Amino acid sequence: MLRLSEVERVYRAGEIPVWALAGVSLTVRAGELVAVMGPSGSGKSTLLSIAGGLEVPTSGSVEVEGFGLGGLDSTAVAHLRRDRIGYVFQDFNLVTDLTAAENVALPLELGGSSTRAARAAAVTALDEVGLPEVADRFPDQLSGGQQQRVAIARALVGERRLVLADEPTGALDSQTSLAVLQVLRARIDAGAAGVLVTHEARYAGWADRTVFLRDGRLVDATPARDDARRLLAESS
Amino acid sequence: MQRNAVRWGLLALFVDGPKYGYQLRTELDTRTGGSWAVNVGQIYTTLDRLVRDGFVATAGADAQGRELYALTEPGRAALAGWYLTPVTETERPRNELAIKLAMAAQDPSVDITIVVQQQRTESMRQLRDYTDLRRQANEDVDLTWSLFLDHLIFALEGELRWLDHVEATVLRRRHTRPASTAASAPAPAPIPAEAAETAESGQTRR
Repeated sequence: MLRLSEVERVYRAGEIPVWALAGVSLTVRAGELVAVMGPSGSGKSTLLSIAGGLEVPTSGSVEVEGFGLGGLDSTAVAHLRRDRIGYVFQDFNLVTDLTAAENVALPLELGGSSTRAARAAAVTALDEVGLPEVADRFPDQLSGGQQQRVAIARALVGERRLVLADEPTGALDSQTSLAVLQVLRARIDAGAAGVLVTHEARYAGWADRTVFLRDGRLVDATPARDDARRLLAESS
Repeated sequence: MQRNAVRWGLLALFVDGPKYGYQLRTELDTRTGGSWAVNVGQIYTTLDRLVRDGFVATAGADAQGRELYALTEPGRAALAGWYLTPVTETERPRNELAIKLAMAAQDPSVDITIVVQQQRTESMRQLRDYTDLRRQANEDVDLTWSLFLDHLIFALEGELRWLDHVEATVLRRRHTRPASTAASAPAPAPIPAEAAETAESGQTRR
């Protein structure tokens, strides 16, 4: 679960303050995927960075899994980030000198798991994203779609309860993007909370809600589900 | 539902064998997930016309005594012709949303960003709901339904991209052409969001 309350983030451009986020409140429950859309420079990436503890808000509060990030020192935030929060980036960010399994196991090993336990968890995570066979291959031996699914396995391995994805389908073709979203969605349905930053409406359709950012403000949210079949019948 | 589309849709149902009248309605319903709300009367009227035009002919009765109809050779040729003829712009229904936003962009009393946002929220909601259905659909079991949902999803995606474009274009014009008209004749206050668009939001696509 993620809770942002009245989050502001102000940068200074010389003397002039620039509000990247101007009072954003957003709650993402366990089992819920929220898509964030908006034009470039609207604050989407800042929102994700703050949700993941990579950036500190100028004011307001951030809560991840019941921990208020503002009350934690930087080491504790780093631990929370490593153990509870999974990141997926557009450009995968895999370590080229490590195999797929080693990449996925990395956060667990950094967290103190034994190599064997981390490897076992990594293999399970690769299985979950449908890639059990690539465990011992290096990133440059994988297609873009496979690399992204490995990156998702790394973001999901262990006890991650919050998944933050920044344009995860940006570099992928349409079919591969759908495979990536399927994996992401399955993990959310299994109880994680997720935030998906995307500029593609078709992919935002996979989220339970979509929020729009413009000039650092959340302008709207998609209302609750309706019966789409009924809608179809009525609109035809 | 356009009459022409019902006519061709019905004719296409005969490809895999003779059918009785009510069966056409059931099959059309199943293949389009109930989204082509065609009433029984329209089915029978259309069937009569297909018979009159020689595209379909009576073909005896089934075990329950229901009268069967089958595709004729001219019908098969006409169907093949339909598949190979592109749908032209004039046959598509007029789009209320396109007209609404084009008008709103010229009306200084309307805050078009509100109109766009209201529509974006509604379109996004529909997109989410159709995506739910698409995820449940199995294209191996029902290809027609899956592709039909894909059509709705891609159309909504296009609509949302166009909404972004409209908003960006109008905002850019406001920045590059600083309120020269507003200075001489102040624009009335923007109309409230509720009035801008809510009640008919589900009716904008037909």
